[in-house]
Amino acid sequence: MSHSIMGYIAVMSIVTILIRILPLTLIRRQIKNRFLRSFLYYVPYVTLAVMTFPAITEATQIPAAGTAALVIGIALAWIGASLFKVSAACCLTVFAVEALLL
Amino acid sequence: MTVSQNHAEPLPTTRRSVFVEGMHDGLPIALGYFVVSFTLGIAARNAGLSPFEGFLASLLNNASAGEYAGFTVIAAGGTYIELAILTLIANARYMLMSCVVSQRFAPGTSIWHRLFVGFDVTDEIFGLTIARPGLLNPYYNYGVMAVAMPGWSVGTLCGVVAGNLLPLVATSALSVALYGMFIWVIIPPAKQDHMVAALIAVSFAASWLAANLPVVADISSGTRTIILTLVLAGLGAWLKPVADEPELADSQPLADETATGYPDDGLDAEQGDAPAPTLYPATTLSETERYDLNHDNYRGGDF
Repeated sequence: MSHSIMGYIAVMSIVTILIRILPLTLIRRQIKNRFLRSFLYYVPYVTLAVMTFPAITEATQIPAAGTAALVIGIALAWIGASLFKVSAACCLTVFAVEALLL
Repeated sequence: MTVSQNHAEPLPTTRRSVFVEGMHDGLPIALGYFVVSFTLGIAARNAGLSPFEGFLASLLNNASAGEYAGFTVIAAGGTYIELAILTLIANARYMLMSCVVSQRFAPGTSIWHRLFVGFDVTDEIFGLTIARPGLLNPYYNYGVMAVAMPGWSVGTLCGVVAGNLLPLVATSALSVALYGMFIWVIIPPAKQDHMVAALIAVSFAASWLAANLPVVADISSGTRTIILTLVLAGLGAWLKPVADEPELADSQPLADETATGYPDDGLDAEQGDAPAPTLYPATTLSETERYDLNHDNYRGGDF
């Protein structure tokens, strides 16, 4: 069986799209179950936190830069800085730390 | 819930402003996407994809780990089945996210809005979506998608074409832009909700452990994310279930409304209607009402 690049792209795209749209199209109502609602309420925070750390320390050339960006980002988000400011401050922190240490 | 149908006012303007707001918030994402997908494009190039094929794969998949896993299968000449299973595993977390997003739609939202919003539930766009209190406004997501999707797909294309062109300093600095966004999403609610704060701290610790413990570290990061999410969010739900009645909601705001609310269209909430039952405490009547006004396909009384 020969596999073409377009065939590969079709397979991965169909799987990915189905994963995303099935829950959205099948779950049309508000979920009543209290545990399930609570679970879904907490999911985003856990998922995003898990994906942020330690990945942020591995994304940069040196772990210290990513760690500093994490700390600065949390501090700015805590005091209510905008999305753009938090994101930009993280980038600048990495840039500064790497310029100093590399 | 009864809905007033005759507020036919400034629909285009409001939709446009919500859309523009989405584009504005989507810019940092688009920037981060461009850089990340640029490196993804290099992987696509190594797997033998042409610039157009890389572009197409990214346009249709909008997934970093999933696409990367896919490209490794293509590079190795694997089977379609193998590719399908690996894609499913790498992207399974989107299924969880879509379940969450499904609860943010106003009941009765048309299938088309669900399909189009669902098409681009990525880590980052999901983050932005849940940062907004109240019901989801599809036009906000469309605004984000309008800048994020080109950023992602064109970035991949450029990566295939240009390979290792971006200097390492720039890649390194820009690569944390997306994490900055995650931080911006999760931290403010943690100030008001101590369970959220505790879960974030525990998630950081558990995630670090999972990435460093001998056997667990061999599991793919996508699968680790799913397992930790199921366990920790389940723990949170068991220890501190969210308020059962929507009326109790106001005591527990999810996010700072002044910072994250939709552009004010000057319409006040009508009193008398029951608030929509919602998972998210910060939903206000006015938000719901605004949503109603902005969506001609809304049908009330569905629950």
